[in-house]
Order: sequence, then structure tokens, then C-alpha cells
Amino acid sequence: MTRVTSIASNTFREAVRDRVLYNLIAFALLMVAASLLVGQISMNIERNVVINLGLTAVSLFGLVIAIFIGIGLVSKEIEKKTLYTILSRPVRRWEFILGKFGGLVATLVVNTVFMAVGIFAAVFYLAHHFQRADAYLLVALYFIILQFVMITALALLFSSFSSPLLSAVFAFALFVIGTFAQDLRGFASLTHGVIGWIAIAAAYVVPNFAALNVISSVAHDQPVAASLVLYNTLYALLYSAAAVAGAMLIFERRNLK
Amino acid sequence: MPTFVAMPAIETFGLEKTYTVGFWRKRPRCALRPLNLAVEEGEVFGYLGPNGAGKTTTLKLLMGLMFPTAGSAKILGREVNDPQVKAQIGFLPEQPYFYDYLTARELLEYYAQLSGVEARARSRRVAAVLERVGLRDVAGVQLRKFSKGMLQRVGIAQAILHDPKVVFLDEPMSGLDPIGRREVRDLIESLKQEGKTVFFSTHILSDAEALCDRVAVLHQGELRGIGVIADLTSSVRGKVEVIWQGGVIPPAMHALSAECHLIGAMARAVVGENQLDAAVDALRRANLKLVSVTPVRASLEDYFVEKLSPAEVAAR
Amino acid sequence: MRPSRRTTAILVAILVVCLAAAVFSITLADRARPSATLEETLYIPSPSVLKRMSLGYTGLLADIYWTRAVQYFGGKHVLASHEYKLLAPLLDITTQLDPHLTVAYQFGAIFLTQPPPNGAGDPDAAIKLVKFGIQENPDNWHLYYNLGFIYYLEKKDYGAAAQAFEQGSRVPNAHPFLKLLAARMAERGGDLETARMLWTMTYDDSKDKDIKANAISHLRALQVDETVPRLEQLIRQYFERTGHDPGNWAELVRAGYLPGIPLDPAGHPYKLAPEGNVWVAVPDALPFITQGLPPGVKASEMPKL
Repeated sequence: MTRVTSIASNTFREAVRDRVLYNLIAFALLMVAASLLVGQISMNIERNVVINLGLTAVSLFGLVIAIFIGIGLVSKEIEKKTLYTILSRPVRRWEFILGKFGGLVATLVVNTVFMAVGIFAAVFYLAHHFQRADAYLLVALYFIILQFVMITALALLFSSFSSPLLSAVFAFALFVIGTFAQDLRGFASLTHGVIGWIAIAAAYVVPNFAALNVISSVAHDQPVAASLVLYNTLYALLYSAAAVAGAMLIFERRNLK
Repeated sequence: MPTFVAMPAIETFGLEKTYTVGFWRKRPRCALRPLNLAVEEGEVFGYLGPNGAGKTTTLKLLMGLMFPTAGSAKILGREVNDPQVKAQIGFLPEQPYFYDYLTARELLEYYAQLSGVEARARSRRVAAVLERVGLRDVAGVQLRKFSKGMLQRVGIAQAILHDPKVVFLDEPMSGLDPIGRREVRDLIESLKQEGKTVFFSTHILSDAEALCDRVAVLHQGELRGIGVIADLTSSVRGKVEVIWQGGVIPPAMHALSAECHLIGAMARAVVGENQLDAAVDALRRANLKLVSVTPVRASLEDYFVEKLSPAEVAAR
Repeated sequence: MRPSRRTTAILVAILVVCLAAAVFSITLADRARPSATLEETLYIPSPSVLKRMSLGYTGLLADIYWTRAVQYFGGKHVLASHEYKLLAPLLDITTQLDPHLTVAYQFGAIFLTQPPPNGAGDPDAAIKLVKFGIQENPDNWHLYYNLGFIYYLEKKDYGAAAQAFEQGSRVPNAHPFLKLLAARMAERGGDLETARMLWTMTYDDSKDKDIKANAISHLRALQVDETVPRLEQLIRQYFERTGHDPGNWAELVRAGYLPGIPLDPAGHPYKLAPEGNVWVAVPDALPFITQGLPPGVKASEMPKL
């Protein structure tokens, strides 16, 4: 376990020392600030705009960070051969994957906290006090983190067998598809026979990011059911575990050329 | 003297690796033909061969970075992927690259954690090894500012950091300046003094000649010879150096040897042992005075040339 | 020196179990989530804005909205909802994005028109939708048929229906049936035979399973509406001859009035009710019927699709 945690903390250190990360966070915070301006233009819905735009910024920039760092996790180590000096030590391959995953998730959580502080500052600036509905914001942010965990796991899965560029394309494509997961299920349920079964299976195997998106309802101060929080948490964690297990499975049998 | 059977430090049994190349029509390409090798404990073993001979492939198989197509290998009597084995080996990859956002000290601390060096001993070991490879003064500098030679030293440092019993070095001298090479040689010598097994690959013969107890010669994925250097080189037909007085090279001598020089009033030629009589005859007929006949020690290079490209040798 | 079998087995197990459990938990999450609000589904209610935002992928977006429309209707219909607020805007967006998606007009013609719970009960919206379709696809006779159908079904405007069929019959390659319908509409728009022709046509003309199932329900209802008065007439004749109502169908069969015990299209025997009335046994199985309903029972709200 100490090996997994040291790999994780080194991954975290790598991300923290990367300048790209700060640029992205700065940009996200800038967008939150800009939402205040936009909010002032659109009368009476400042709060709505700030929350919508702010959460969208957190989610999009976090996604970019997750994909960009996530895909480099394994493939960069292979490309630069740093992996050789790791795996020639008493480190099992699955431990390496697990450590990398943990490190990136930690990075993303810390990032999201930073960006979330920005949003809450903006909301506070508008109302000069916090209200009960602001708690739902926390739920939305929590769901966003769950999305990041899933996309990180998928990025890791792809980067365990393909090049960084291809992994990025795969991960991003899956994000887009996952955003339309509900519609995909709609399509699938309109097909019949064997193809129908395959379509339904595919629609359920694809990550469902739509389920984890409550931005618009939170922007309208609608509460999020506790059961939804529970099931979504289960879903995101189980799905990520499956993807990470897949990554380990592929990586365990890979010849490092 | 008591006799005992030493357990080989490294052993391979028919170790073989075939890659498939080509995207559409996959063709096999043999990187390593069945390899049987045993390296005794405490030995400095040179793994020789020109570039692309399969040296790195062998090392990657031994490090468990690749899986063999057939055969197996043992290090210290255990499976190569056994974590207990991994804790006792050190590995320097060819042209190593390290996390350049870390300082030398951070990198070694990280590796020490992964190798299971106890937390209490860690910083002391890191400091000692930095001292040993001469990087003490730059321990706090990020690796992105390191030169190639310094990175090579970091590489060696990480390979010996956890006091391993067997050290694998892939081309440890490549890309180093003469002083750097000298230092690496000294380091390998001192590892030998400490009783470690050192397995290093190189395509530079003088390094091997200076350091190795035994060598193996690999060419096109195939083991062409293995043994003590003296034995290997003696198997190469010997040559003799003939020196005579009088600044002339008789045409008969030219016909015998490609290596004929005038050295002031003297002349020199290198001929094969079996041609010595003919050479002396040639001198006598030309009324030239023989000064000396000295056997030339066959070098590993001669061995290489003869073993690795028979066609080329025959053409000479 | 192979990858460890044990590790592989454990990882495969983790993968399979976690994926299965994930699918299970997302179905639970689906249930926990409130049904989509107006704002969620139609975040951008303007088709022209959507068209621009689709970056040229209007076909794909239209397909997505079409699926949403079908899902929306299907989901509400199962719950026997009386409200289909989103159906018209969803179909509107779908057809604006892809004006050649014929099935959307067809779907709208029927399910926007039919009164709740079998539709949105908004024939005007349906007429607007189909007229837009005709404007975009003037050579598609199906759309004229759909338009005439709306006029016939809900507006009971047989003149307008006849006109639509007539226009459609002039389109090249139009189904010859349209001409017939046009003529028939003018003479006897209200009779059962016409209705039967129309629903048969609708059934044959569509590939959509909802539309087909709906047409079958209507055809069955028409059969009941035709059979029940006939049976009641037979009972009256029997009464006139014998002076009493039949106690059961067997009496009528023995007397030679019927070849056998009459069954409704759902496969149940009709019920002999007091005072010479005939009821259907299970009204729920036969939506849209107007005859044979026991007193106090309304036509079934929900066709069994």
C-alpha cells in the first residue's frame, strides 16, 4: 500500500508542478468572474447565470485537466521509459495503475475545491449571504467530481493501450457520447431484435454523464433527492472501478517496447 | 579448497522473443533466439553485441517489462517477476530519462520508497548514493536542468540506491565523456569489490575488456560465444608482427599483408601466424634484415569481426 | 514469466461485477431522478437557435429530438397522462431541424390530434405541423393523407378532409386510394366503413410501432361498434318472435340467429345484458369503443399497446 500511495503522491506532485494546470484553473476562475458581468446584463437572473456558467466552467475545465493529465499518466511513462525504473522495482503493475489513478483523482478534487471557492465567492458577492439552496450547489459540484473520477478512469483505460493523442480523442468522444446517454438509450429502445439488445447493452455500458449533470436544476434552486445522490455515487464509483480494473487487465499483459 | 555449487545469479532457459511487425500483414521478427545463459554471483558479466543485436530485449525480459515468447529466466533462483527478486536488483535503462519536475534528491527518495527502503534509512541512503555518483552539490536541482552525463549518474544512483545484489546496466557508458566513462568503470569495479553481480550490456569492446570476468557475444538475436575474454580471443587465429630493417617493403610482403608500414629506416607488417615462414622467406630473398617477430594478442574486436561477419572476413 | 493468472482472474471478476452493479445503480438513479422539467428538455426552445448551435449536424440533432418526442409520449402514455405539453414543441423542433423526417409528421398527425389520454388533443397544432410538412415536402402524398386524416378524425370537417385527400391524389405516384377517399369523404364521411378504410390505410402506410398499434386499436373498436348494434338487433328480432329475451347466446344459436357464440376482437365473448343490451366483457381491453359499454363505464383510457 505504501507503494501505491507514493506513486499517487508523486502523480499529484507532477500535476501540481505543471504550469498548464494553473493556467486552466485561472481561466476557470476568470469565467466565474465573467459570469458576474453577464449576470448583471441579464436582469433578475444573475444568480441563475452565475451558477450555470460557473458550474459549466468548472466542469469543462476540470474535464480538460482530467483528460490531458489522465491520458499522459501511463503512455507518457512508457514513451519516456520512466516506467522501466519503476517496474524493475518491487512494484506490481496493477499497483502502478492504482497509484496513478489515485494521484489524479486527488489532483482533480483539489482543483475543484479551488474553483468551487470561486463560485461560492461569486454567489456570496451577489446575495451578500448564503441561503439554503446554496447547499444544492455542493451536490452539483460533488456530481462534477464524480464525473471527473469516471473520465479519469476512462482516460487511464485508454492510455493503457493507445497513444496519448488517440486516448485524448477516445476520452473526449466518450464524454460527448456520455452526455447524450439518455438519448442514446432512447435510440436503443427503438431498435428491435439482436441489434436492439446490442444497442441497449451499448447504451448502458457507455458512461452516463447526463445522470451526473444537475447543473440546470440546481440553478433553479431545485433540491436533489438524497436517493439520487446515493445511486449516482454508487454508479460513478462502480463504473470507475470497472474501468480501472480494465486498465489494469490490459496493462498487466502489455509488452513494454 | 572447499568446493561448493554456487547458485547462478542470473539464469535463462531457452529465453526467446519474437515480435510481430507490420500492421496489415503481421510478420514475425525474431529479436532473441532461444538463449541459455548463466551468470554466477559476484561476476561482472559483459553482454556484447552491435546495436540491434537483442541486448535491450534480453534486459527487458529479465526486468519483466516484456513477456517472452518462450522459455523462462531466473534471478537469484527465483522467477523474475517475484517482488522479492525485484527488491534485490537494480536496473539502469539505456539513455534513461527521469521525471524532470523532481530534484535529484526527490527522485531518489521516491525510488527508495518504491524499493521498500525503510523510512528511517531513506535519507541517509539517498545522501550516500548521491555522494557516491558525485551529485551531492546538485541534489536540490530539478532534473530538467541536468546534462546528459548528469542524468546518467542519476540513473546509476537509482540502480544502486537500495543496495541490490544484482545490478543490470544497459549501455552505461554510452553518451559519456572520457572522464565519465572512467568514473563508471571505477564504479563497476567497486561494485565488484562489494561482491555484487553486475550484468552490463555494451557495444564498446574496450569497456568490456577492461572490466569483465566473462562476456557473452550476441548477434542478430543469437548467442555467438560466451566465456572468459582470454579464452575467447585465443580462439581467434593469432597474428604476428614482423619488423625489419631497410626502408623497403618487398612486393611479396605486400601480397601477404594488408598492414605494411614504413617507420623511418624500419618497416613493419602484421601477418597471420601461418604466414610467418612465407614472410621471413620474402625478407631473406630481398636481403632485408629481420629485426623482430612478436605475436599480436588477439583483441575482442578481432573476435567480433571474425565471429560476427564471417562473410566479411572471408572477403578480406 | 507470464502475467499472473490469479491477478487476471481477480481483475476480470472486479470488472464484470462492478460493471453489472454500475448498470444496476444507474437504473435506480434513473428512477430517483424527477421526470424532466420543461426547462431541462427544452433548454433551448427555439428551433432556429438550436439549428445554429448544432454546427451543421441538424440531421443528428433532429434524430435526437425525434427520439425524445417518442420517449416523452411513450413515457407519459404509460402513465395515462392527460397532459402532453411538450409533444408539440418537441415535434416542432424535430421537423424544423429535419423537415424531411416524414414519420414525425405522421406521429404528430395522430398523437397530437387524439384526445387525452391517447394524445395531446390539439388538432390545430397537428394541422400546423403537417401543413409545414407539406410546404417542405410538397411531393409527399403521405402528408396530404395525414392532413386529411386530422380533419376527418377530430375536426369532423369532411369537406376539408376531402380537399386534402384530393390534393394528395394529384401528387405524382400518389396511392390511388387517396382519390377514392376523397370521393368517399364527400358522400359519407361519418360512416364506419370510411373509418375502417382510413385506419387500415394508416396501418399499412406506417412503419412506426406506436402508430400501427394505435391503428389496430381503432380497427378493433370499429368492429365492436359495428357488431354490438347488429347483435342487439338480432336480440330484438328474437324478442319479437318469442316474446322474451334470450337467456344466453346458446338460445340464439339454437334458434339459428347466430352461427356460434359471438366473440369480441379481444377474444372475450360478448355479454348478454338485461333489456336486450350487449356489453363487452372487458372494456379496458378495447379502447376507443363507443358501443357495448356497460352503463357508467367510459371508453378505456389507455389502449393496450
